Amino acid sequence: MAAELKDYTKSIKIQQVIRFVVCVILTIIALLPIYLILMNATREHQAIQSNGFSLVPGGNLIKNFKALGDPTAGNGVYKRSFNLWIGYRNSLIIAGSSTLLSIFFSGATAYGLSVYEFKLRQVARSIILAVMMVPTQVVSVGMLNFMLQIHWTDNYAPLILPAIAAPSVVFFMLQYMQSSFPLDIVEAARIDGSGEFRTFIQIALPMLKPAFAVQAIFAFVTSWNNFYTPSMLLLSGDLNMKTMPMMVSTILGIRRSIDYGVNYLVVMLSVLPVVIIYMCLSKFIVRGVALGAVKG
Amino acid sequence: MNGSQAKSKKIVSYAKYGYIFILPFFIVYCFFMVYPLINTFVLSFYGNGSNALKAVGFDNYKILLTGSGTDMVQAANAKAASGIYWQSWGTTLILWCGNFIVQLALSLLLAVWFSDNRIKLKGAGFFKVIFYLPNVITAVSVAGMFMMLFGNTEYGAVNSLFLKMGWTQDAFKFITDVWMSRVLVMFIQSWMWFGNTTLLLMSGIFGIDPSIYEAASIDGSSGMHQFIHITMPILKPIFLYVFITSMIGGLQLFDIPYLFHDGSNVSPHLRTQATYIYTNFHQDNPNYGYSAAASVLLFFVTAGLGLFIYNFNSSGEPKKKKKKGGK
Repeated sequence: MAAELKDYTKSIKIQQVIRFVVCVILTIIALLPIYLILMNATREHQAIQSNGFSLVPGGNLIKNFKALGDPTAGNGVYKRSFNLWIGYRNSLIIAGSSTLLSIFFSGATAYGLSVYEFKLRQVARSIILAVMMVPTQVVSVGMLNFMLQIHWTDNYAPLILPAIAAPSVVFFMLQYMQSSFPLDIVEAARIDGSGEFRTFIQIALPMLKPAFAVQAIFAFVTSWNNFYTPSMLLLSGDLNMKTMPMMVSTILGIRRSIDYGVNYLVVMLSVLPVVIIYMCLSKFIVRGVALGAVKG
Repeated sequence: MNGSQAKSKKIVSYAKYGYIFILPFFIVYCFFMVYPLINTFVLSFYGNGSNALKAVGFDNYKILLTGSGTDMVQAANAKAASGIYWQSWGTTLILWCGNFIVQLALSLLLAVWFSDNRIKLKGAGFFKVIFYLPNVITAVSVAGMFMMLFGNTEYGAVNSLFLKMGWTQDAFKFITDVWMSRVLVMFIQSWMWFGNTTLLLMSGIFGIDPSIYEAASIDGSSGMHQFIHITMPILKPIFLYVFITSMIGGLQLFDIPYLFHDGSNVSPHLRTQATYIYTNFHQDNPNYGYSAAASVLLFFVTAGLGLFIYNFNSSGEPKKKKKKGGK
């Protein structure tokens, strides 16, 4: 009996070690590409050409960074097609405002659908559920054509405003309200003389904060990473309008005969903000996914 | 009598607020989704390039699906257009299948390990955070990362390593070779999405009552046996969910195959449905007709898959999950 128990403990120990090792290997696979980019971003063009695979950093980070603003580096390609601050600014404007709109209006829609009784309530709920899966790609031809007609290409409005109608966020908020928003509170607020909108803004919104937080992170990351819609609608090629992913894709498109170190740095800089945000909020995000949180 | 009248009056008087609260959503949705969708349907009945203003009936569909010529399009051109269209379906399916099988197998293994109470995995929280990390990185940057690391020439990091180690004589054409680039795209997709799928499957496994496993253990059931006879059957609904959402995600696959090329044109062997639609309308002389017809067909395929999940969900089995699955 004792021997059997010993065998059992031993087999568990072995299993534990195997699983741990596999996870460590996967961790390396998940991080290595990012790490290599980081290393090469600090290295010199010639050094990368003679050996592209380096696990130790070089000393060229500042020089590579200066090349981004140098009108002579890479025949002026970097100065012409990449500007870190404009890229960050534009992506931040679009991602920030669409996140705010998305959570506010999704909250309002979910509130309207759960607090009030009205004829079309069930219909509206079903519609929102039904359209959750419709991908943007299938409407993009009609969208571009329509935006060209009303002269809304090269305009941030069609990149930001659609966030008001985010079916999957509404769905999440509906579920959240069902479980953690007691409707009696609305009734109590009414008796105290609070108007309907005031109740929503001063009472409901603060109570929905946890749900908002999860949704805000996903909405922000999705919008920040979006390449499809901006590159479809921002047609002029004006650097001042471009988002970060668009600038990166331009640099990738002309990557021949230019400075490898600077190219690596461009990719690194585009990745940096999301990675930092993720590292700060990772616990939150991982829990959010497990909860069945929505992305996109 | 009086009381109930007053009550019903009160409900009626509040109903208008319900409409006010949901109104912005529906106005914006109609403007940015419904009208563009209708417009896409309309455009699919019009011509391409310089014929964009001519109504052509079902010609675009006929050309793309069957490759037969029409009044405006010569037989040879129609055949070529149809060939490209069907090839892009094939590519979409190949890329999706390759990525999904690897991703699901790996994610399932990890999900079982992470939620195993018998054999506690040290650092599970840390691993989860790391495995999900690739999913938050901008897809464009991911494409850039892998294109530079797997560059075609001896300057790419991987080729540089292989040459130095003497594992190969010539640099591999990772970017331009048909199968190498496809496998690489599948790998990138799995790399980006396995953490996400793991977390989704885990939420399914946590829903399983632990006493079932206890009972099985007492009856002498081994770990593998338990996995096949308890975990798998109970996970079936969430599997199906992950499968379909991943498939819908796979139909939208765009950023990485679109950017993964060496010259200025999209690689033909990486042209997915979404890339096909995009490149047709996003060029100097846009083929709105083909692009719109392909969109409409894609819409019906997606709607079919969506309907399948909906029926499945309303038959009462799984809890509704709404995470957009792995691409």
